[in-house]
Amino acid sequence: MSKHVVAPLADLPPGSRKLVTVKGRPVVVFNVDGELFALVDRCPHKGGSLCEGKLTGLVQSTEPGHYSYSRPGEILRCPWHGWEFDIRTGKSQCEPERIKAKSYAVGVEHGGELNEGPYTLETFPVMVEQDYVVVTI
Amino acid sequence: MKPPRIGAIDCDIHPALPGLSSLIPYLSEHWREMVQQSGLHELESMNYPPGAPLSARADWRPVQGKAGASLEQIRSQALDPFGTSLAICNCLYGVQLLFSEDMAAGLSRAVNSWMAREWLDREERLRASIVVPMQSPELAVKEIEHWAHDKRFVQVLMLVSGDMPLGRRHFWPIYAAAARHGLPVGIHAGSSFRYPTTAVGWTSYYAEDYVNQSQAFQTTLTSLICEGVFSKYPELKVVLIESGFTWLPSHLWHLGKFWRGLRMEVPWVDRPPFEIVRDQVRLTLQPADAPPDANKFERLIEHMQSDKLLLFSTDYPHWQFDGDEALPDGLPETMIRKILVDNPRETYPRLMELVP
Amino acid sequence: MNIHATPKGEIKLGRAARQPVADCDLHPVPNSIRDLFPYMEKRWRDHLDAFGSRRRQGIYQGPVYPKGQPDAARRDAWPPGGRPGSSLAFMQEQHLDANAVELGVLTVINPHPGNYQNPEQSIAMCRAVNDWQVAEWIEKDKRLKGSILTAYEHGAAAVAEIERLAGDPNFVQVFFLSRTAQPLGNRCYWPIYEAAVRANLPIGIHAFGNSGFPITSSGWPSYYVEEMAGHAQSCQSQVTSLVLEGVFEAFPNLRIVFIESGFGWLPALSWRLDRHWNKLKAENPALNRLPSDYIREHIWITTQPMEEPERPRHLLDICEWIGWDRILYASDYPHWDFDDPAHCLPGDVSDENRQKLFLNNALSLYGLDRASP
Repeated sequence: MSKHVVAPLADLPPGSRKLVTVKGRPVVVFNVDGELFALVDRCPHKGGSLCEGKLTGLVQSTEPGHYSYSRPGEILRCPWHGWEFDIRTGKSQCEPERIKAKSYAVGVEHGGELNEGPYTLETFPVMVEQDYVVVTI
Repeated sequence: MKPPRIGAIDCDIHPALPGLSSLIPYLSEHWREMVQQSGLHELESMNYPPGAPLSARADWRPVQGKAGASLEQIRSQALDPFGTSLAICNCLYGVQLLFSEDMAAGLSRAVNSWMAREWLDREERLRASIVVPMQSPELAVKEIEHWAHDKRFVQVLMLVSGDMPLGRRHFWPIYAAAARHGLPVGIHAGSSFRYPTTAVGWTSYYAEDYVNQSQAFQTTLTSLICEGVFSKYPELKVVLIESGFTWLPSHLWHLGKFWRGLRMEVPWVDRPPFEIVRDQVRLTLQPADAPPDANKFERLIEHMQSDKLLLFSTDYPHWQFDGDEALPDGLPETMIRKILVDNPRETYPRLMELVP
Repeated sequence: MNIHATPKGEIKLGRAARQPVADCDLHPVPNSIRDLFPYMEKRWRDHLDAFGSRRRQGIYQGPVYPKGQPDAARRDAWPPGGRPGSSLAFMQEQHLDANAVELGVLTVINPHPGNYQNPEQSIAMCRAVNDWQVAEWIEKDKRLKGSILTAYEHGAAAVAEIERLAGDPNFVQVFFLSRTAQPLGNRCYWPIYEAAVRANLPIGIHAFGNSGFPITSSGWPSYYVEEMAGHAQSCQSQVTSLVLEGVFEAFPNLRIVFIESGFGWLPALSWRLDRHWNKLKAENPALNRLPSDYIREHIWITTQPMEEPERPRHLLDICEWIGWDRILYASDYPHWDFDDPAHCLPGDVSDENRQKLFLNNALSLYGLDRASP
């Protein structure tokens, strides 16, 4: 496993997403209210680009006719067939134990610490006083 | 192929009501009089034109009267040849065709009474489904409550095509009552003709209507699953009777595919359609609709991915097979006993209980 | 954007194929109904503005079963400033070029005036849509071919439109929606079959439309997911009708393609038809052959939406039972239940069968291969 700096945090404000390439893989990083999540940009169903999907919340039910809606913005629907994925865990809603989108650990590191390594840097300069998004693959 | 004589349980036979006159003794005085006053016609259904080749196998037709109308016929033609230990009677007299809920309820009571007195009382191998007036779920529940104590009634009988798709909440009181009493709901081929037998209008031929029954079962199964009947009533079993089953695997592949992307619309469907069916849906064997190539049929059985789904039936006296060849060729050896005995016992817990 | 990464890990479906494909279900859409105005007389432009179109349903515009996604489209298929399917350039980049589409058969379902209640409006607007297909799509991209919309509930008028466009190399088939006012075997449609055969054109029958009856034999279901699954059932009824009414006896050269209802259901239906027709054949003595024979000879079917068994190998059984020469790849672009040609078919299909399904069957059916007259 290695850590990769993928973007300045300023490029990924809350409510946004960014498609990056890490170790040759397309990865989509989401910022949900300040928390970061990273999924491989490939739906496990038929390969749709998850980055193009809409975020929604969790629709659940205790019985027919009952609907509850929670966790707005934390469920991603694949832009193709609409499968729902929990962006925190990558698990699908339809069969969470069997089907998931691959997820990666992602965090924020300060520029000053990054210079001390061991990080693989992408091709942009790192400023000591800024924060950066780091994905672990 | 002939079924081995191991005490098979036949989950679909049709004793025939000789005619309305046979129901007269079982009608209330009021309905007896109404039947006379209106000159009510026989409720033979277009689902089985009496003379059509499929409605009764030629060698089962008596010289006079209907096939399956006497105990002697049922014993010698439906039960004895197969070594059948128990058979479930599904009376198809067309009470569901009427629009008057009350008349349908009155006639249903009479049909069930006739079944109890003239069949169940006289032949210990027989069991029956409770015919209910589908026109009114409330009255249907009353009919279920009336017979539920009699353990020889082992199922609630509905037709596949009625006033609305069977998964709709309108029908739920029936499912609740059935579940309460440990009775499976048996959904039998046939329409009450509220709508054409297809989504695209009225057919020209009876053969089309009959073949289209399998489409009606497909949309009905979709409805039951998507409306959440199986999650609302986790103990309920539904049996599709005379439905065919070779359509089942591809239908579930199709429905499952859509469900995964459209789950939000029906969030109470909490597991894949195939799992729901494996747990709570069963299908009777005839018509098997098998291809002539037994290898293909065996492969199709593998597609079904469960040996619990099929329940033996002859569908007597409907013409679904010749001679005693009640089992289609290509059934895996290991499944035969399950189909003939184990699956029916598991589906109908009442079958093993003694008559009170 | 689409990332076409080579599959790794979780999915072992197919190869990342960039072989040329024939896409037998491609949906161009006018951005607004007014895009059709240049192809319509003033009378019909005014009529549309005042009365809209009447389609045997209650909602003035849009579907009665709300879709799972806007316009029932892939979220990534919205061109800038337009509806999915409205931009040829966007379609070229995202799909035709990216997926090596060599033949794209246009199937206009939105709008589909063939289904309109007003007969004269239906006739005029079918003509408009056909002309629009040529001017805005087919003439601008040589890979595209059109499907002839007709007022199919009005036989003579439909025949006239087929005859107008017969021999026009821009069109490869006549085109209906699947929920017709009568089952397709009914004699009211026979003049259309006769005209199609005379013009040497197959007939494509595509999911949707409004028959005016509930979409199941037991009434109206509640949910869109049920409607989607239900196209397989209504198309089974259509196959049953075509066969048992003797359409293929009457028209031995007729070819029918069922589009966008899946294909897994066809073998079981064939077996069931054979069994019960065998007992009931006296009812219509016009048939001389088994239903499955008629189906094998006269019916083609597209792949989409492709069924998804737990064991992908089971789907290949279905392909063998139907016949690899009868199945046609379709994307349904830009709809949400789109099948990507690179990933839709389970692995271990022979190159020969893959070639048939993805390309050669369509070229042969639509008369575009070298072998065709």
